[in-house]
Amino acid sequence: MKGKTRKLELVCPAGTPASLRAAVDAGGDTVYLGFRDETNARNFPGLNFSREELRDGIAYAHDHGAQVLVAINTYPAAGNLGPWHKAVDDAARLGADAVILADIGLADYAKRNHPDLRRHLSVQASASTPEAIEFYHREYGVSRVVLPRVLTVEEITALNGRIPVETEVFVFGGLCVMAEGRCMLSGYATPCSPNCDGVCSPASHVRYVEKGESTVTKLGGFTVNVVSGEEPAAYPTTCKGRYRVAGKPQYLFEEPASLSAMHMLPELAAAGVTALKIEGRQRGRAYVSQVVAAFRRAVDAVAAGEPVPLAELAAITEGGKQTSGAYKRSWQ
Amino acid sequence: MTIEAKLTLGPVLFHWGAEAWRDFYFRIADEADVDTVHVGEVVCWKRAPIYAKHLEAVCERLSHAGKEVVLSSLALVMNDAETDGLRALAGQDRYWVEANDMAACALLSGRDHVVGPYVNVYNEGTLAALAARGARRVCLPPELPRETLAALAKDAPAELEVQAFGRFPLALSARCYAARARGLAKDACKFVCGEDGDGLPVETLDGELFLAVNGTQTLSGACGSLIAELAALRAMGIGRFRLSPQKVDMVAVAAVFRAVAEGRMDAAEGDETLADLVPAEMPFANGFFHGAEGAAFLAEAE
Repeated sequence: MKGKTRKLELVCPAGTPASLRAAVDAGGDTVYLGFRDETNARNFPGLNFSREELRDGIAYAHDHGAQVLVAINTYPAAGNLGPWHKAVDDAARLGADAVILADIGLADYAKRNHPDLRRHLSVQASASTPEAIEFYHREYGVSRVVLPRVLTVEEITALNGRIPVETEVFVFGGLCVMAEGRCMLSGYATPCSPNCDGVCSPASHVRYVEKGESTVTKLGGFTVNVVSGEEPAAYPTTCKGRYRVAGKPQYLFEEPASLSAMHMLPELAAAGVTALKIEGRQRGRAYVSQVVAAFRRAVDAVAAGEPVPLAELAAITEGGKQTSGAYKRSWQ
Repeated sequence: MTIEAKLTLGPVLFHWGAEAWRDFYFRIADEADVDTVHVGEVVCWKRAPIYAKHLEAVCERLSHAGKEVVLSSLALVMNDAETDGLRALAGQDRYWVEANDMAACALLSGRDHVVGPYVNVYNEGTLAALAARGARRVCLPPELPRETLAALAKDAPAELEVQAFGRFPLALSARCYAARARGLAKDACKFVCGEDGDGLPVETLDGELFLAVNGTQTLSGACGSLIAELAALRAMGIGRFRLSPQKVDMVAVAAVFRAVAEGRMDAAEGDETLADLVPAEMPFANGFFHGAEGAAFLAEAE
């Protein structure tokens, strides 16, 4: 079923049970989360859900008319598929509304063992064409795809006209500038990779070294930025670093900016998108409340044909700068 | 029991210009001791027409020289023009095609093909699923550590390959960094990536080589080398090694890998010989294989 005339579904992050309740209370239609291990792409210390917390979270969400999606979206390691299979089994057993998967082998496992469990394709699978999306739909019964952040709104519109599944797009939060699930920059600088370990540029490998008036930011053995004076030292994600290229220091890949597409909601609705995703399972409850509430108002306004009430969220975004990313061709 | 070694020359990833590209492959056809040669634009579809005029001659020359030719597909497919390119590749049956994106895997499903390093094959479940759809050979992603490679190689339903030489492909983007580094938009790029024959070096602010940019692709700054790990890889059942072209004497590079694979040269001498062939400012890396950060260059403990 394609939800072209339905109200856009608001899919919200939860790194903790408190954030789950905050997202539901603030008007989120759907909450996504992960288990507390390497099976999900936000495998950070102190974050994510135990099985018991998931059971309680699902009960809370369902009591309030909201859904829960479980992200099991890293790539299972050969010879050690157990934790990923168990994650899918437990999500099904505990009544999750869908699982979000990236790996073909795991999608195959889920389809064979839990045919009634709804399957979404994670952004980490980087499915950007009708051919790829139809493949996942046909072979693994995927009913929704989270689109990689490489497509313009025009491309998303064309895509939606040609595929038999729902699409979900990111509208706010941290911005990958590389095709997701196909980036090994973190694993090149540190022993931890998004695909294998569920972490990118992990805090355990970040160091801030004072050097005179400057602060040198290190990721693993590499300097990813040097800032001085008033300049804030943004979190040293590999692709947001400042490097010397062609003779001059520059934010080669992206400035320390995050995605905000709130002003584009009418265009995304017209493009035939089903759901809007807010990034930020690593962010706190207050952040979730504020962002979800702002997007709730915006989505309701779009559905009512009213102008989007643009909330001032810049202050709480990483780096304090916002971009609409690949949605506009000029970004490329 | 050690598996026989085969050498694959990967596709030229960089924008070398039509004549330099043709002449490179002609020399490979005539002089390089490799079993298989990949040809085709993997990184930027805007470049493809530039090479199209020489494609047939290159494939013919390689075939006549006894090399297996494989046509590599684009790694990040985003629009109809690019998908049409994929369809054209999938529409010919003279050569095997290497699928570097799931769209290509889908189009090649049901016929023999190669799966390239840009498709995420991390475990036996995925390998089995792709093999069941016709993947006969799979070049694995560069970040897989030894334990994962060994687990995949056990009873593998397809021939496995790993990149053993050349800058490792690390990331793909819709954004062109060769253009951005020079203040240009992607749509008005003037093909400036043509100035970066080995990739545009990305240094840290304290002057250390970190990465290399090739248009929309980001590669390791260091040159991958698994010359000392060939024996370990073959012992686990992986016998096919990809040499990814850099602006160095690739005929000589292939000769070194062949000599080490055949036991005519030991790994230490192979390492030293490679070091003489690669510019001094491009260090070697093998960290991914050893489960460390990919940029590390560690001694093989055997």
